[in-house]
Amino acid sequence: MNPGTAPGGIRFDGVTVAYGGTVVLDRLDLTVEPGEFMALLGPSGSGKTTALRAVAGFVRPAAGRVFLGGRDVTALPPHRRGIGMVVQSYALFPHLKVKDNVAFGLKAHRTPKAEIPGRVTEALELVGMAAYAERHPRELSGGQQQRVAIARALAIRPGVLLLDEPLSALDARLRSGMLAELARLHRELPDVSILYVTHDQVEALTLADRIAVMDRSRLQDCGTPEELYRRPRTEFTASFVGNANLLPVTVTGEGAVRLGDRPLGVLAETGTAAAGATATLCVRPHLVGLGDGPNALTGSVTEVQWRGSTHRVHADVDGHRVMADLRELREPPAIGDPVTLHYATEDAVLLPAGAGAGAGDPTEAGP
Amino acid sequence: MLVHSRAGKRATWAVFLLLFVPLFAVPLLVILAASLATHWSGAFPSGPTVERYAAATSGDSLQALTTSLATALAASVLALTLGGWAALAAASLRSRGRRLLDALFILPVAVPSVVVGLAVLVAYSRPPVLLNGTRWIVILAHTVLVTAFAHQSVAAAVRRLDPMYEQAAAGLGASPARVLWRVKLPLLLPSLTSAVGLCFALSMGELSATMMLYPPDWTPLPVQIFAATDRGSLFTGAALAVVLMTSTLLVLAAVSRIRTRASYR
Repeated sequence: MNPGTAPGGIRFDGVTVAYGGTVVLDRLDLTVEPGEFMALLGPSGSGKTTALRAVAGFVRPAAGRVFLGGRDVTALPPHRRGIGMVVQSYALFPHLKVKDNVAFGLKAHRTPKAEIPGRVTEALELVGMAAYAERHPRELSGGQQQRVAIARALAIRPGVLLLDEPLSALDARLRSGMLAELARLHRELPDVSILYVTHDQVEALTLADRIAVMDRSRLQDCGTPEELYRRPRTEFTASFVGNANLLPVTVTGEGAVRLGDRPLGVLAETGTAAAGATATLCVRPHLVGLGDGPNALTGSVTEVQWRGSTHRVHADVDGHRVMADLRELREPPAIGDPVTLHYATEDAVLLPAGAGAGAGDPTEAGP
Repeated sequence: MLVHSRAGKRATWAVFLLLFVPLFAVPLLVILAASLATHWSGAFPSGPTVERYAAATSGDSLQALTTSLATALAASVLALTLGGWAALAAASLRSRGRRLLDALFILPVAVPSVVVGLAVLVAYSRPPVLLNGTRWIVILAHTVLVTAFAHQSVAAAVRRLDPMYEQAAAGLGASPARVLWRVKLPLLLPSLTSAVGLCFALSMGELSATMMLYPPDWTPLPVQIFAATDRGSLFTGAALAVVLMTSTLLVLAAVSRIRTRASYR
């Protein structure tokens, strides 16, 4: 195939992968458009890496088809798929110089010899590593190795770029730098479909055009970061993409619910359950305010965490825990103090009760 | 260093020398001294001479040395090819198949080398494959004996090799053959050279199977050493032994130079 014109776009059509009877990816249907940045977000063991490996050709689906650029590649070996891939450990070839690492894919694709040096320089310039062409990988830092790995994957001008937790081996400061780099790369490569596997919601929210949320071998939810954050459809999404207060409520009418005996409001178009049904109310901690107001929740303070710019206050409201992220308080409440919290009706969404799992303690996951 | 006190360090060195000198150093030094001696009646040899080295590096002895070098080279390259190939192939088998293959390759080590010599002799003394009386039967026996070591050391290195390299290469469009030649073999080069060095050294010193097989025109050096000492020419045997030892060490040193240049991390 001609790597210069490899078409973008990935389609999973009912892809199921099983290892010795254990299903690790269950009937995945997902389309990544040409030029789209799709994050596969989920906890470890959710099947997200398996999905990526199915695209790369390292696992053979038990059922379903994988399409790349409209072509069915399910039965093709990895080296015939014309993809670019960056693995977690970079896997730069230690016996080759940086430029030879980048040239590796070009040689494998039988690119004319005269073109190779130019293409290598072009790929290295894209990641700002052109000055390191003559070095060996062992002479580079983790972040530099990461850039070379990306250059190596992009040198063959793939239509599809697969990134498997590419930032997880970097320290926090390098990671935020690479986040900006990846965002820039995505802007500069408008035709390349990127499938980005991560367990880090910040990476997914920052980079992706759309996020596919995976849990327990299944696709749970898929949408733009804003959609998933503002209008999650399941408890799992709500708790995994950002933090969430999840309260078991009873529906009393359109846009009206009850927490115990306490009447509360929710964004009307999110709840479709009939009156009397149980559901889950979801409101983000940073949208909960201190003091009386609409949708007041009274209780007592159980924990106060100072987080620099904010205070996170945990309150017990009729036996349910409610978190509020409040801009740094001059006089934070003490544990045991009575407290009143409130939220605006349009900030609360209604989810089907108990649809997701692992929503128990979402507090420690993210920012 | 595990031992910190000065007295402790001295004691450790003393114990080491006490064990090392009589076990390893003395026998080799005695051989070296004997190879230079004309008489040895007292505690120390007398009359230093290099005459025996002149004899040990010419005529029959020189031929025996080249025979040994040629046999060891052929056997170790063959062993590396067969054993290494099998080890690379076994990596893609399921664990049961891999264990079976490992067991098969270790078999010649478990069988005494005299038995291997006899088995090869009996097996190839009659048509259709008549090797008895040719140099090939010696090379064959040596290959059988050392392949196990080549297989083991390459198999261990293959197991340590991060599968991510292979996958990254395949993901970049490299066919399995290109992955093997451009990625796996270069990364395995240190283990391959150490395997070939080990096989070479083992083959250079092989005597018991060789004794049962060697034809008159293909007499390896260990057989010569045995013959010399057997007829009482101890000093001649010692000189031949020193030649055998030195040439083996030189080849190993050359191989280890390749290895150091091939280690990337």
